[in-house]
Amino acid sequence: MDMKMSEETRRTLFEYLLRLGDDQLVMAQRLSEWCGMGPILEEDLALTNIALDCTGQAEMMLGLAGEVEGQGRSGDDLAFLRDEDEFRNLQLLEMPRGHFGDTIVRQFLYDAFAWIYFGKLRESGFQPLADIAAKVLKEVTYHLRHSREWLIRLGDGTEQSHYKVQKSLDTQWVYTGELFFTDEVDAHLLALKWVPDMAEVQPLWDDLVTQTLLEATLRRPVEPVFLPMEARLGRHSEYLGHMLANMQILARSHPGASW
Amino acid sequence: MKEKVDSLDEWAVWEVFSQLEWGKPHEHCGSLHAPDAEIALQNARDVYARRFSVKSLWVVPANAITATRQEDGESFFDPQDEKIYRHPSFYKLPKGVRNI
Repeated sequence: MDMKMSEETRRTLFEYLLRLGDDQLVMAQRLSEWCGMGPILEEDLALTNIALDCTGQAEMMLGLAGEVEGQGRSGDDLAFLRDEDEFRNLQLLEMPRGHFGDTIVRQFLYDAFAWIYFGKLRESGFQPLADIAAKVLKEVTYHLRHSREWLIRLGDGTEQSHYKVQKSLDTQWVYTGELFFTDEVDAHLLALKWVPDMAEVQPLWDDLVTQTLLEATLRRPVEPVFLPMEARLGRHSEYLGHMLANMQILARSHPGASW
Repeated sequence: MKEKVDSLDEWAVWEVFSQLEWGKPHEHCGSLHAPDAEIALQNARDVYARRFSVKSLWVVPANAITATRQEDGESFFDPQDEKIYRHPSFYKLPKGVRNI
C-alpha cells in the first residue's frame, strides 16, 4: 500500500484512525459483556454478533493505523498494549453497559451516527479509508436496523419499558455532543478531502434521531448542556480503565501468545 | 401504549425458512421466539443466517401452520407409487428451467 505522505499528515491520520478503531473496539468489548447474559437467547446472539462485527472493524482500522504509523506496531499491539490515556474512543461508548434498554439507546445513538458518517467516508480521497468505510457501512446498516427497531418497541411498548428507556435516553444524551467533536486533526484531513465534514453529518443525525424518537413516542432531551469532549483527547471516565484491565489482561500476561 | 406483558413466555414461536440459492425452495431451518414479524426476521438472521450465505428468509408464526396428525397415518399417506399415471412426471420441461 502506498503510504507516502507528509509527516504531519501521517501523524494526524494515525490519530484519526485511533479514534475510529477505538470506538469500535470499546463498543465491541461492552457488547461482548452481554454474552450469556442477553434477555433472551436470540437477542444474546444478536448482540454478540454485533460485537464480533465491531471487533472486525476495529481490527481493520487499528491495523491500518499501525501501517500508517510505520513503527511496526500491529493492530493487536495497539488494542492490547496501550493504556487508558492513549485511547481515543467516545465517552458514550465506554460507559457501563447498564440494562438492555441502556444498551439499545447507546447503540442507536451511535449507529445512527455511524450509518451517516461511514456513508460519507466512502467518498474518502484516501483509498484505504474508503475501502474500510464501504465494508463497515454494510454492517452498520444492520446494526442500525436492530437498535432502531428495538428502541421503537421499548419506547412504544409497556409503561415500564417506556419509562426505563426514556431514562436511558435522558442519561446518555449529554454524551452525544462528542459525536461531532472536531479539532485540528479533522481540519487537516478534511482539507485533503480524506474525511467527512462533521458539520454535514450532524444535521442528518439530528433528523434521523428526531424522527425515530417520535416513532418510539420518546421525548427528545434538550440540547446537551454538559459536553465532555475530552475522551477524543485521551481523558476518559473512570469506567474505561476497568474495562481495559479486563480486556487486556490476557494479552499482557502472555505476551505474543497465540492459539 | 400496549398492555403490560408479564412474561417472556408470551412471545410467540416462529418457524424459519431459508433459501440458500435464488430459485431454490425455502427450507425449514428451525424456530425461534419473537414478539413480532420484524424482530422474528432479525432474530432469524442472527440465529440461522449468520454462518451461511442465505438469499432469503421467511418467518411464519408457528400457530399459522396446519399440520397432519400422527394418527392420520396410512389412510392419509398411502403411497400411490404403483399408479404412475397419477404423477405429473410426463411433461417435458423447457430448457433452462432448473430447480423444479
